[in-house]
Amino acid sequence: MIAAVLDRLADLVNADAALVRRGRHLSTTFLVETGATAWLVTVHEGRVTRLERGPFLLRAFSFAVRASEDAWQRFWAPVPAAGWHDLFAMTKGGHARVEGDLRPLMANLRYVKEVLAKPRRSA
Amino acid sequence: MADVEPIVGRYLRMSLGGRPHRVYFEEAGGGLPLVCLHTAGADGRQFRHLLNDAEVTRHFRVIAFDMPWHGKSLPPPGWQDEEYALTTRGYVDLVLSFCAALGLDRPVVLGCSIGGKIVLELARLHATTFRALIGLESADYQAPWYDDTGWLHRPDVHGGEIAGALMSGLIAPQSPSETRWDTLWMYMQGGPGVFKGDLVFYRADGDFRDRVGEIDTTRCPLYLLTGEYDFSCTPEDTERTAAKIKGARVTVMKEIGHFPMSEHPAQFRRYILPVLEDIRARG
Repeated sequence: MIAAVLDRLADLVNADAALVRRGRHLSTTFLVETGATAWLVTVHEGRVTRLERGPFLLRAFSFAVRASEDAWQRFWAPVPAAGWHDLFAMTKGGHARVEGDLRPLMANLRYVKEVLAKPRRSA
Repeated sequence: MADVEPIVGRYLRMSLGGRPHRVYFEEAGGGLPLVCLHTAGADGRQFRHLLNDAEVTRHFRVIAFDMPWHGKSLPPPGWQDEEYALTTRGYVDLVLSFCAALGLDRPVVLGCSIGGKIVLELARLHATTFRALIGLESADYQAPWYDDTGWLHRPDVHGGEIAGALMSGLIAPQSPSETRWDTLWMYMQGGPGVFKGDLVFYRADGDFRDRVGEIDTTRCPLYLLTGEYDFSCTPEDTERTAAKIKGARVTVMKEIGHFPMSEHPAQFRRYILPVLEDIRARG
């Protein structure tokens, strides 16, 4: 289920011209962890150019967003419940972790949050 | 005929901390004065729906000012060499001075977030000055959801963009798109370092855990209303605060986040109209 959602992430993002434009100053690779599975998302000027499924050995990334499969499912619910409706609601509640070099995340926060929430509409 | 709203905006010249200020405020309606305090890093436009609500303005003179450094209120002369930081004492003085300058007789004060927090201190120290106090998203303390407010003011991260992106999570998913983005636009427009400076009060100076128990609601009624989706000041934070204040009335608002009057005005009025009616009935 989660794998199917994340497999579509590149198409969902790249089909959204406004979202790609919003991320035009971001080129990086970040890690998304869904329970036991990790994904590397490579962004070039707002387009997701590569989506790789782990496991990974000695791979570099700028920042990581980690949550359980259950947490992501709640986050992507069409109308998420309070506490599961925002990435930082989940980090405050201990349901997600954000780690690594946060500068590219914070400088492009709206873009990254909207990329991560992108599966919600099509959930 | 031109579609002109009933809101009128004016500038008030007043002294704060011994320095001249020029404070912008908007008002509409007549009756009991109802002074509205906006959230950190925003401005009085958050209350435009309340100011335009005929059900409210036929009984209340609704007044919303922009704090110095916010909205159309300039910082005081000399600001260019200062680091802005809001303090409890400065905020109390601002509200008292504004109400006195306009000659308001026992106004109701309704504040949200930092405005909701200062309401607790007004209740404790100046109960007889006010007819009633209403705190939205108000608590004696709330645990931070990010450690470093430095993200809000640094040259390599756009202050407006990050303020909007952070605050977007505090809006309930049910809030309409138009008012959601109105709310975020106000955050995106804040001056450099102003939101961060307001948070000095919200996070540190405004820790009132040791004193809210002194509030006497028999001298001034206190209403606390918090949105279920607010993870900055949670319903539990408000309920824990109210448990220390005998007579405080708590309402948890469904399908609302941290900006009730601004993010979802139609939902908010379902909760605030009965409170205002209750205040009127008390005379």
